[in-house]
Amino acid sequence: MFAGFITALRNEDVPVSLTEYLTLIGALKTGVVSLSVEDFYFLARATLVKDERRIDRFDRVFAVYFKGLEAIGGEILADIPEEWLRKLAERYLTPEEMAAVQSLGGWDKLMDTLRQRLAEQKERHQGGNKWIGTAGTSPFGAYGYNPEGIRIGQNGSRHRRAVKVWDKREFRDLDGDVELGTRSIKLALRRLRRWGREGEATELDLGGTIGATARNGGSLDLKLRPERRNKVKVLLLLDIGGSMDDHVEETAQLFSAAKSEFKHLETFYFHNCPYERLWRSNRRRFDAATPTPEVMRTYGPDWSLILVGDATMSPYEITVPGGSVEHWNEESGQVWLERLLRHYPRSAWINPRDQQLWGFTQSLKLIDQLMAKRMFPLTLDGIDDALRALRHRK
Amino acid sequence: MTNSSKAGGFAGTDSYIATRDLEVAVNASVALGRPLLVKGEPGTGKTVLAAEVARALGQDLIQWHIKSTTKAAQGLYEYDAVARLRDGQLGEAKVHDIRNYIIRGKLWEAFASERQVVLLIDEIDKADIEFPNDLLQELDRMEFFVYETKETVTAKHRPVVIITSNNEKELPDAFLRRCFFHYIRFPDREIMERIVAAHYPDIKANLVREALTLFYEIRDVPGLRKKPATSELLDWLKLLMVEDIPAETLKSKDPKVVVPPLYGALLKNEQDLHLFERVAFMARRGQ
Repeated sequence: MFAGFITALRNEDVPVSLTEYLTLIGALKTGVVSLSVEDFYFLARATLVKDERRIDRFDRVFAVYFKGLEAIGGEILADIPEEWLRKLAERYLTPEEMAAVQSLGGWDKLMDTLRQRLAEQKERHQGGNKWIGTAGTSPFGAYGYNPEGIRIGQNGSRHRRAVKVWDKREFRDLDGDVELGTRSIKLALRRLRRWGREGEATELDLGGTIGATARNGGSLDLKLRPERRNKVKVLLLLDIGGSMDDHVEETAQLFSAAKSEFKHLETFYFHNCPYERLWRSNRRRFDAATPTPEVMRTYGPDWSLILVGDATMSPYEITVPGGSVEHWNEESGQVWLERLLRHYPRSAWINPRDQQLWGFTQSLKLIDQLMAKRMFPLTLDGIDDALRALRHRK
Repeated sequence: MTNSSKAGGFAGTDSYIATRDLEVAVNASVALGRPLLVKGEPGTGKTVLAAEVARALGQDLIQWHIKSTTKAAQGLYEYDAVARLRDGQLGEAKVHDIRNYIIRGKLWEAFASERQVVLLIDEIDKADIEFPNDLLQELDRMEFFVYETKETVTAKHRPVVIITSNNEKELPDAFLRRCFFHYIRFPDREIMERIVAAHYPDIKANLVREALTLFYEIRDVPGLRKKPATSELLDWLKLLMVEDIPAETLKSKDPKVVVPPLYGALLKNEQDLHLFERVAFMARRGQ
């Protein structure tokens, strides 16, 4: 019945399976919902979408696929806003403005354009200065036809209102590619959990107890074992200052999420590219630096290495000794980075710059090569991929 | 606001305001006997929903609260081997029947009930990542097998299963496929007024108006760690009523009073409070 709709959803990356489709049809058969479009929308949403981040996408597909459906049984929609607008316009426009409207090609032309633009607006939703009501660059805005006004007019039809439920796109903020709060990062960071039993024995080990009791000739011998804990260890190196200033907020979010998620987390800072020194506190970078080899000695290869930086600098800072902007480095950044990567088989570089711009910066391409495809954007999906990569040794 | 008009349908209750999409989701999951997964910001009434559904349907509520150490098997039954060993050593007679050492879990309880019940599985994301997978068969077929006694426990009446999640872990696809899903959106002002009215029918209208304005202002402060939600608002209003604070205090333009009275109910940590003080102070000065 709605097979085309299911395909449309799948094309837009909303994972819908046959099971869910059958459930939807089953639910429609039981008649739990009345025969209104709005109820059908709610039912379809509850059945087919299982993740609030996908609801926005679902809304968009629904709007496109069922366009026109809302008109069934209702009045002819196009007439209502037109009538309404005409009246409104006649009441509010001065004769000069009426003349201006005429010069655009008359009412019919105006209404046609208007309707066409409304349709476009619904589908695309973002746009430049063409849309009605934006900053007076469109002829429509100037005469007071702002989109709100037009929509109020359409509210005269009950079915129009129903459409608005999905056209409002209330779940836009929850789309996975957009939102990036600490909570969602924490969620992503959980991928990195590695369970192990360490510390005090507080949990009853049933199997052990039975075994020991049996060996003990049947008299009870209780065995305890430690609880399972997350034992993953993370060494976080953050690029600070210079071009990173633009990304302070995202980086801080990532950092605060990481801090609460991992029990074993050590943080050091570097500038642009890691060299022979790292520092723990950015304020004391010049007097309290830690030599990089010492960091590597203290935190062994069982730690996971996460570098966060925009990798945007002069290529010399990576390739040439003495290329650093801050001090004379005996060995090039490339040597140090390779040393770190050899020492830490589990490593990833997270980059806050927009991934589409990566190709335009030479230093970024260099680092990307050095990292051997282990550079990921600082988005939820990017972090997710980075953590997945961290689970496997290189 | 009224109890359901249709037999067996859920349409909100006098103390719980359900939006139409929530009603549809609940009714569909009841009709098809499939679990309903509810997500949403903390404090928007996910757990309360189960109690209200039970009330609206006139059924008992069985609650299973999940902790990080909870295992799926604990919801079915647990075999107390240690007690049996001990009894064996003491030579007790009941040791010969294994059934004496099988402790029923919440799911068994719900399956064994003579009437249909509502089963709440609260905060399923707290448990291990494999937890939902371990319950797939049980929730799908509403039956499970007890190895110790070689019997199959089948639900006499498929319980209405409501599962809440705070999104701390992703739930497996196979599990999601079997559920209906509803995301409780944060209520807008209009719905919030109805919720307040349902809880405190005789609260003064101007107090609600001022309190809600302030409440949504606080929620709009960017960068709050924990935004106050419905449950916090209701607590705060109750305090305001108990302390008999006049509505005028809430809109006081006195620059010395930047923090709303009894803020402790709304802002739960000192960073948020400082942040709000700063923002409120700037706003006042700008006026």
